[in-house]
Amino acid sequence: MAVAKICGIETEYGIVQRGVPESNPISASSLLINAYITELARRGTGYGPAPKAAWDFEDESPGNDARGMPNVGSLAPEIETHLVNAVLTNGARYYVDHAHPEISTPECRDAMGVVLWDTAAERILVESMAAARALLPEGQEIVVYKNNSDGKGNSYGCHENYLMDRQVPFGQVVVHAMAHFISRQIFVGAGKVGTEMPGARRDEVPFQLTQRADFFEEEVGLETTLKRPIVNTRDEPHSDAQKYRRLHVICGDANRSEVATFLKVGTTAIVLAMVEDQALPREFVFVSPVAAMRAVSVDVDLQRTYELVDGSRVRALDIQWELLGAARAYADSHGLDAVGAETGAIVLQRWEEVLTGLERDPMSLAHQLDWVAKYRLLDAYRERHGLDWSDARLAAMDLQYHDIRPERSLADRVGLERLTTDAEAVRAMVEPPTDTRAYFRGKCLQRWPGDIVAANWDSLVFDVGQEPLRRVPMMEPSRGTVDHVGRLLEACETPAQLLEQLGS
Amino acid sequence: MPEREQIKKTAPARQDAEEVAETPATSEKGEALKAELDDLLDEIDDVLETNAEEFVKSYVQKGGE
Repeated sequence: MAVAKICGIETEYGIVQRGVPESNPISASSLLINAYITELARRGTGYGPAPKAAWDFEDESPGNDARGMPNVGSLAPEIETHLVNAVLTNGARYYVDHAHPEISTPECRDAMGVVLWDTAAERILVESMAAARALLPEGQEIVVYKNNSDGKGNSYGCHENYLMDRQVPFGQVVVHAMAHFISRQIFVGAGKVGTEMPGARRDEVPFQLTQRADFFEEEVGLETTLKRPIVNTRDEPHSDAQKYRRLHVICGDANRSEVATFLKVGTTAIVLAMVEDQALPREFVFVSPVAAMRAVSVDVDLQRTYELVDGSRVRALDIQWELLGAARAYADSHGLDAVGAETGAIVLQRWEEVLTGLERDPMSLAHQLDWVAKYRLLDAYRERHGLDWSDARLAAMDLQYHDIRPERSLADRVGLERLTTDAEAVRAMVEPPTDTRAYFRGKCLQRWPGDIVAANWDSLVFDVGQEPLRRVPMMEPSRGTVDHVGRLLEACETPAQLLEQLGS
Repeated sequence: MPEREQIKKTAPARQDAEEVAETPATSEKGEALKAELDDLLDEIDDVLETNAEEFVKSYVQKGGE
């Protein structure tokens, strides 16, 4: 049987510091994250940072109160620029990666969880911007964009992760994942004006479905920054390596639409579960996968066909219809427990609605899919003002679609359907999922912030006084849930008691 | 912005009346979507970046991942 498709998303945000002649994205990213963490501590709500906790022992924050409740009077706002790597009480990791602020959601049990913690992550960035504004001189502002490209050939990622059974031959994963990644672009794309293909003029393509397709040059490989592969082979399970692998997916776009994120993660989780249970009867092997990846992205009419090695020709839509059919049969034969039964049923329903909409009239999905919402808005603006697709005003709107400041964001204005409520998202900024090991991580950070010196995906390290540091391994992502440790955590007053109970 | 007003006046708000979809329900929906889009275009003029060219030019990121 397929293993539980525990999953998460890590998003690198574009960043701009306004009001300075030259901004340094690394120090701007550090400032942004530090401003947020300092603000959390200042509020003293119990959701603040664990002052001694670093990710992987990398660095520490000297001068903080070891009790985790900093002395408010001593917190003169100071602009820190060292690289930050924080773990939050919702189980997420918030850090500077290269020259971008990045948030990895906590491990979630299903696609709905990923949507909720991804929306919470956006809100954390919004609050970070506000906190940074309060620290910066008048006229300066740090602004972040949830997109994947600057329109000039520089790209940054939104990566998905899925827990998989180590027993499954990787070749099988590659074949089916590749077909899905190429064809799912028709509903997961965030849309982009122009092309950034090396050697191409930007306006050779007026508009394409995805931000990322221009940047993929290989079929399979380990790279993420150069010669990016459609299927990434990074093997770093962050869990029991005998049992699991973690499929690291680098070819997706960062979505502003919750429905798009939901379908991106939900359909992929089902496809991967079907791979594990050998429930995919047909292999769609492209003759030229890299060319197909790019061709699907620039085909806004969705009617182009692609040659497969078996000699047939298919549209991206045809592959998706067949995957949906296989998924329905799989739900009947195996059930959808692997992807969360309730969520899985919603995925199937929405998958069908979206394919039907794309087949009949893509513009009918303007409230569900990013690329459609963006295309429709920009095309209407273009017609009203009589512009060419190469006009800078359209490129500017493309960027501004991804501006996450509520007062500026275009995505926030196009009427995208929500799957979460504001109240749920606000709660998820500080509370972890209850149904994965993220619960244990988040709750321990809430309860004993001053006693945790390091946190990682698969362990927590406690400092309980005279004894040596104590590491609590969390190699099983589906354990450490509220069902598993909720009562234990309630019953323990101190981390020493917890460690004794855990027998570590 | 006279340019905008002028274009607004001539904006073919009923253009798709001729290519009306097969069922009344779809055309009603289409009309509603179009009206909503017109309102949106009016609204966003106030939030769009004022110097598009400069904004696009200055948006430069380092590669990531």
